[in-house]
Amino acid sequence: MTGDPLLSINNITKAYPGVVANSDVSFQIQPGEVHALLGENGAGKSTLVKMIYGLVRPDSGSMTFRGEAYAPPEPRVARSTGVAMVFQHFSLFEALNVAENIALGMENPPPQRDLAKRIREVSEAYGLPLDPDRLVGDLSAGERQRVEIIRCLLQDPKLLIMDEPTSVLTPQEVEILFHTLRKLAAEGTSILYISHKLEEIRALCDEATILRLGKVVGNCTPRDTSAAEMAELMVGKSLATPARDNAELGEVILKVAGLSVEPSNPFGTPLRHVGIELRAGEVLGIGGVAGNGQDELLAALSGEVTTPPGTITLNKTPIGDKGPNERREMGILCAPEERLGHAAAPDMSLVENALLTARQRKNLADSGFVNWGATRAYAEKVIADFDVRTPGPDNVARSLSGGNLQKFVIGREILQDPTVLVVNQPTWGVDASAAADIRQAILDLAQKGAGVIVISQDLDELLEVSDNFAALNEGRLSNVRTTRDLTMETIGLMLGGAHDMHDLDEEAIHAEA
Amino acid sequence: MLRLEKRPAPSRAWTAATPVLAVVLTMIAGGIMFALLGKNPFEAIRIIFWDPLFHESFAAYSRPQLLVKAGPLILIAIGLALGFRAGVWNIGAEGQYIMGAIAGASFGLAFYPSESPLIFPGMIIAGALGGWAWSMIPAILKTRFRTNEILVSLLLVYVAEKFLASAATGFLRNPEGHGFPGSRNLSRIESMNNPELISGTGMHWGIVAAFIAVITAYVLLNKHVLGYQIKLAGQAPRAARFAGVNPNRLIVLCLGMSGALAGLAGLFEVSGPAGQISIDFNVGYGFTAIIVAFLGRLHPIGILLAGLLMALTYIGGELAQLMLQIPAPAIQAFQGMLLFFLLAVDVLSTYRIRFKKEGVA
Repeated sequence: MTGDPLLSINNITKAYPGVVANSDVSFQIQPGEVHALLGENGAGKSTLVKMIYGLVRPDSGSMTFRGEAYAPPEPRVARSTGVAMVFQHFSLFEALNVAENIALGMENPPPQRDLAKRIREVSEAYGLPLDPDRLVGDLSAGERQRVEIIRCLLQDPKLLIMDEPTSVLTPQEVEILFHTLRKLAAEGTSILYISHKLEEIRALCDEATILRLGKVVGNCTPRDTSAAEMAELMVGKSLATPARDNAELGEVILKVAGLSVEPSNPFGTPLRHVGIELRAGEVLGIGGVAGNGQDELLAALSGEVTTPPGTITLNKTPIGDKGPNERREMGILCAPEERLGHAAAPDMSLVENALLTARQRKNLADSGFVNWGATRAYAEKVIADFDVRTPGPDNVARSLSGGNLQKFVIGREILQDPTVLVVNQPTWGVDASAAADIRQAILDLAQKGAGVIVISQDLDELLEVSDNFAALNEGRLSNVRTTRDLTMETIGLMLGGAHDMHDLDEEAIHAEA
Repeated sequence: MLRLEKRPAPSRAWTAATPVLAVVLTMIAGGIMFALLGKNPFEAIRIIFWDPLFHESFAAYSRPQLLVKAGPLILIAIGLALGFRAGVWNIGAEGQYIMGAIAGASFGLAFYPSESPLIFPGMIIAGALGGWAWSMIPAILKTRFRTNEILVSLLLVYVAEKFLASAATGFLRNPEGHGFPGSRNLSRIESMNNPELISGTGMHWGIVAAFIAVITAYVLLNKHVLGYQIKLAGQAPRAARFAGVNPNRLIVLCLGMSGALAGLAGLFEVSGPAGQISIDFNVGYGFTAIIVAFLGRLHPIGILLAGLLMALTYIGGELAQLMLQIPAPAIQAFQGMLLFFLLAVDVLSTYRIRFKKEGVA
């Protein structure tokens, strides 16, 4: 495709205090092209698209849209020019229905009945089934994303920006989305597709611009380029794949049986009869789309939510009614998904954050008085052993990048030598090299005989690290299967909670029995 | 164009500098207000901040008043600050102060005219318990029924005031007082007196207690696990639960500590400077202590300094009313400005101001 580009970015530079987010970035998007913007977290992808969408203004450089100078001072102007964006984090009101949510984002919303009709038309035309009358709170993450996409499509955009759209989708939902995006592109809508998932980009995109540390480091045609080549461009070095020797699984150390937990808020997910058996040396991967009970499961295992004693047993001791600190003493350690505000206190130093979970096992307090010297030494050890990039342990947690803070959080738990480690989304928003380090650390821990439960949305990650796999769907845990026997399709069905899978599983159990 | 930009970490220098800046800004804005009232602003500011300590004829009277006024403010503010740090908002210290005074005075007067040396220590315990019990009402309602402790504790102040009026005119009324409302004068009863310990300084047991509270709170917040948990719960409640902090236990503990300290302040006041339970016994220490707590950045040493400063503006304010006929509401507005400016300049410790031209698109 040649001719006049739809959007051309010329020498854009944007600096924030202490960091240059974009430096001299240039590229073009042709009409009807699916263009990938590829880069690690912190490479400057978000800043760049925010400038295209009018949320941020560049320090220097220019843009042209359909041949005319384009400098949107605010998103409203960008939208009226024909640029629409689907954000990674949705901005929807759970207590309103689909049509009401869409009307909220429009300049002049038509009457509800007409709008509902248009929503149906557009959703059918693009193969994105969506009922305008349903409450958003009842929708899955994939359906919520459809609301955002249809909101954009109603504006009839010339350029649709999608920021990491597949991070919340099951493989099947990804297929549906790609189908829609291809259809849009065929009709002449350009798509700017932001991701760090290489296989997706190879499957979908026509062109790719690769960013690293705010600079364009390469352009390629993804179909003709291998994932390894793109990864090297993106990361700047080749990455070692985490690996470990074949593991011998030991005795069952953690047993969860009939665990049911009511959600603490109306839109939370209840856990229903979850059962887990974790053996020493095992890495159990629990997959599932966000919002299917992952947070609740972690809270029940960490002791933030207590349950009847017998529902959770550690080495045959019932612990369901024990609080977080008692469980830590017994050897169950956890790393929650939300780093800032849950795993760590944002405005406290790393020393203080080391005390957060390591007090019991590292004896950091003596009859109630904190031994700050020992706590500092422990924080320094975590920083050194896990290669946490920070000027020192006195820096506050929120000054660290996502990947570095995650290394600190995971390191803080692993260095306490847990019997069982439970981690939720260990590499979410973490750059590729830090993610590889974290996965290796998890495998090393299991190699030493600990049991590890990895809860993640990233299927590639789970396939890489876990011995066994189970899927969490609407608060129910599927049967556990050996990871190496799984195909992507089976996993997709497990994640979707397909009913025939249950039957199959039950048959398998009966056959074993 | 002026823009605010979030700092990567709160600036320590600004955190220390903002109270000073707030005082300076209050002086300027207050000066303008006094000028508009037709008073000489420089003279007014000098009378408020300087004369109470160094004026040749007033200072002898007003200098001891500094500790007398600062003592209860510091004692109450320390308790409040522990709660505020944990995100527990006790606004009703005034009520707990009243109930502490009534409980302590009732204990002492119940044994009248005994001269046992155990009476004053007993009154101290009763005073602390009185304030503690009053603060347990919002604590239990909050932990059991999720009521808002701000509203409950505040409204209980007005209940306590009614109770105070009924005590002064009813069960604590001085039988030898010719029917006037008000209790016996405790400061004139040897076994119940909270005396001036060092003559001419205003130092009494309440001020000793305030200093002990400052040191204890400092150690608690900096060295003890409980202080750590208090800070953690205030900054990141979810992380606190993850760290094994029981939020209900912390609410009860924080409200209880602030209630007990406010009750102690009430007891030392009624047995010392005030002398008796009267209808207008409370003069707003419980509310002013909220300002003191924030002015002192919820930090024990800061509260010590802020309490002294606040006491100074009280004494100086009275002096200014007396000498320049500045109306009392203007003095109160002046004190209010201090909190206002403190909160306003607070933004500088977490944000920095950038002067910048419009970005070139």
